[in-house]
This record gives sequence, C-alpha cells and structure tokens, in this order.
Amino acid sequence: MEIKETINTIIGEFDNFDDWMDKYNYLIEMGKSLPLIEDKYKTESNLIVGCQSRVWLHSSYADGKIFFTADSDAVITKGIVYLLIRVFSGHSPTEIIEAQTEFIDKIGLREHLSPTRSNGLVSMIKQIKLYALAYKTQESLES
Amino acid sequence: MFDFNKLTTGSIRQDFPILGRQVYGKPLVYFDNAATTQKPRQVVEAVSKYYYEDNANVHRGVHYLSQQATTAFENVRKQIAAFINAGSSREIIFTKGTTDSINLVSATFGRMIVNEGDEILISTMEHHANIVPWQMLCEEKKANLRVIPVSDFGELDLASFVGFLSNKTRLVAITHVSNTLGTINPVKEIVTMAHSKGIPVLLDGAQGVSHMPVDVKDIDCDFYCFSGHKLYGPMGIGVLYGKEELLNSMPPYQGGGEMIDQVTFEKTTYNELPYKFEAGTPNVADVIGFGAAIAYISDIGLENIGKWESELLHYATSELKREGGITFFGEAKHKASVISFLIDGIHPYDAGTIIDHMGIAVRTGTHCTQPLMDRFGISGTIRASLAFYNTKAEIDALIKAVEQVKKMFC
Repeated sequence: MEIKETINTIIGEFDNFDDWMDKYNYLIEMGKSLPLIEDKYKTESNLIVGCQSRVWLHSSYADGKIFFTADSDAVITKGIVYLLIRVFSGHSPTEIIEAQTEFIDKIGLREHLSPTRSNGLVSMIKQIKLYALAYKTQESLES
Repeated sequence: MFDFNKLTTGSIRQDFPILGRQVYGKPLVYFDNAATTQKPRQVVEAVSKYYYEDNANVHRGVHYLSQQATTAFENVRKQIAAFINAGSSREIIFTKGTTDSINLVSATFGRMIVNEGDEILISTMEHHANIVPWQMLCEEKKANLRVIPVSDFGELDLASFVGFLSNKTRLVAITHVSNTLGTINPVKEIVTMAHSKGIPVLLDGAQGVSHMPVDVKDIDCDFYCFSGHKLYGPMGIGVLYGKEELLNSMPPYQGGGEMIDQVTFEKTTYNELPYKFEAGTPNVADVIGFGAAIAYISDIGLENIGKWESELLHYATSELKREGGITFFGEAKHKASVISFLIDGIHPYDAGTIIDHMGIAVRTGTHCTQPLMDRFGISGTIRASLAFYNTKAEIDALIKAVEQVKKMFC
C-alpha cells in the first residue's frame, strides 16, 4: 500500500470515532497490545529524547526499503508511534522524504505535535525523514 | 475586612475572567499555578491604563507624563519593599523574574566572592534556575557545587546541612518552597546556621511569596528572589531583594542607560542603588501591573490565602488518598498547596493527556527539577498546584479525571 493510501485508511479509521475518548481508547489499545521493538534495540543511540516520554526508533534497510521498529514508555505515545510505523515502514527513502505528515492533525491528534508537548513525536517524524535521507544519500553514493 | 466566604464560595473567581472559559468544551480547571498564576482584572486594567493614559519613559524627562510614570514606578518599589518588609526601597531591584535575579547575583556577587576550590551549597530540590547559574559560576571559577540531600518525604536533611557548611562554603542558595514537592523549607533556621559561619544565603522565593507572608528582615536572608507572574502579576517582571550593604559591595551587572552616574570615553561611574543594577529602560507597565497584583492580594490577605489553600491542599490530598493507587512525592510536614503524584503503573504523560482532555490543566513532567526526579528514581510526576481561586468542586473534577485515567489504562 502506498503511503498516501495508508494515511487515508488511518483517517477513515479515526472518522469512526465520535469523541476523543474512543480515539484515545483505540490508541491505548494499539499501544498496549503491540510489541514494536526488540529489547536489544532499546539503546541510548536509538533513543529520541522528548521531555516527557521516551521513544526508541530503530531502522533497517533492505531491497531499497526502510523498515522501522519503535517503542515508547508512554502508552499513548506508543499508539501514535504504531501509526507512524504503519505509514512509513516498508517504503523507499524517496517516498518517505516526500510524504506529508498532516494526517496527525487530521485525525485530531494535533496537540501531540505541538512543540510544547515535547513528547518526541515531532522529533520522531524528523528522525524518520533523516534516516530516509541518509539511506538515499548512501544509495546514490553506492550506485 | 476581607470576607473569607469569597474564597470558600468561589465568588472571588469573578475577578479572573479566564477562569470562566472552557477548554475542549469543558469548564477550565486551572491547577498549574506553580507554573504561572492567572491575573485578576485589576492587574490587566492597571497595565492597559498605563499604556492608554500614562505611558512615558521613567527617570528621564522633566515633562509631566515622565514624572508621573516615575512616581508610579517608584511607588511600586516602595510597595514591594513594604510587602516583604525590606529595610528600604533601595534594596528592591527590578529584574525580568526569579531566574534573572539569581543570574544577577551569580554574575556579580558570585564572581566577586567565589574562587578556585570554594563551595556553593544548594539542595536536591532546587529548580534548574537555582542550579545552572551556580554550576556555570563553579565551572568558571573551578569551584565546587555541593548538594544537600532530601528525605523520602521531600524534606531537607538539616543535620547533614550543618555538616555541609565548611570554611570553603561561600554561599547557600536554597528554595523557600519547592515547586515540585510543595515543601516549605525552614529558611530562618537555615539562615541562622549559615550566618553562624559567616556564610550568606540566597533564597529562591518564586513559590514562596504567593502562599505566605514573607518578612526578609525576620528571615534575615541576604538575597530573596521572586517573580511577578507567579504572584498574580504580569510576566517578565521580577524582584531581587538584597541587603543594602551587599548590593553596594557588588559590581554592576549589565551596562547601559540608567545604571550610570557619569559617562566619558575614559571612565564611567555608576549610579546608586537600586539603579546600579537596572540598565536600560525598565519594564514600567509590568511594574505598575505588579503593584496592582500586590495591592490585590494584600487586600485578600496572605493569611487568608494561606488558610484557604491549606484547606484545599488537605482536601485534595485526602480525596486522592481515598481514591487509592496513588503515590505521592513530597509529604513534608510544612507544605504549600502543591501536590505531585503518580497513578500507579501509568506514565505521567498518558495520565496528563487524559486529564487535559477533561479540561483540567495540570503539569506533567520533571517541573524543571530533573535532579529531584533522579533522586526519586522517576521520569516525572503529575503536579496539581492550587491557588486561592480554586475550589473543592474543581478538586472533585480532578478526582473524576483520575478515575477516568485508571479506567482507560489499567
């Protein structure tokens, strides 16, 4: 599925929720149930430092695609992290670099994007794009 | 005579228009008063009246408006001196806020008295604003920062405090009230103990002045720092109180207009106190607003404020205890209306997000006291800090929100 299609699917899922509580219950469910990263990748170097919750992001590259795994110590953040992985993992560096991230706003989670929240989400999107840029540069140097 | 019922019934809230607003479609419950307090109409009106009708630069012109602004500005200085019982208004320096006041002392007094191998004594419960300026000074002077531990209840260990006072200690810098734990430190005893060894004491009063009457003469501290915005006044204005003798001995902080006596290209002589430390055009409007804030709370009376806040603190604490599954941080015997807690098994960010959506403004995180969080081995807390305009009904709303959080995460 293309990045845009996944984003539209996610927006569709969130449209079903009438109020914020259902939305958060869904995120919490995602956050609780999904093991997103192997413990060996929860290293200092994979840590994206936010003010309040910690996020670990690990990337690997195979066949021109980047695969992400991640985790957070806060459940809501973990739920949002899961959404980001759904969107970005398994895509090429170029697709990731060019992807729009406004869907976080569209599904009504804008408050998590505010820099004052400092929950690592903004840094995480930045980091995902940075990885994509790094792999792309590496790719072009090797070819 | 102030009618105490205005506090118990919440009718005082009419003075604070913001308290009537909604967030996420729910009535705002504002429990982040340790971060900043809301401003009564009287403060906002004093600031806008100043800009609409009285604006002029101070201490400069002979024209009518300038003289009027200067008088109003200097009257607030006198008002603040009386508010904390300073010896004279020359001991009141206007700054940007507590952080600025501490930096001023560190950069002038600190540089003057601290040398290689000397020690500055702070405590584990300090706000970053009362850690970092001293750390910077210690780095510059190759001096050592020493830290008094806190107990599990969040109280200073006074016995070990005495042990920390050595012939190398040049200054003790301690918070009056902890912004994270609410602990009211025994500052008078601390000052007595430090003075017995000839060591001066700076108190970070950012959280102190809004909860109780402060008498700097009685405490006998050498410096006392506080902010307007945590005292129902405007942001960007604060005070450094210093004993006149010490302030006179200190070199100036920043150079510029106002702080000078005579300027030639060869040499500049400096102005007298308090102007020596007030370079540039001061924040006149907010000084006027600060004056209105102090008049406002003086009218209510800090004793009344303390009494009501204490009742709210006990109500909130006992309701949270009854709720169960809560761990408290900061259970000092003498405590201001600040409650730091965690809901067992739930990350403060998760809890804070849900509580926020229920219209309740609490703060989650480290509260600019990271070393204190390390002391308790936690990444952060949920902090509800209460002010006199808060009500028991609002505390009930917090309890409901905590129940909701538990329902969603447990």
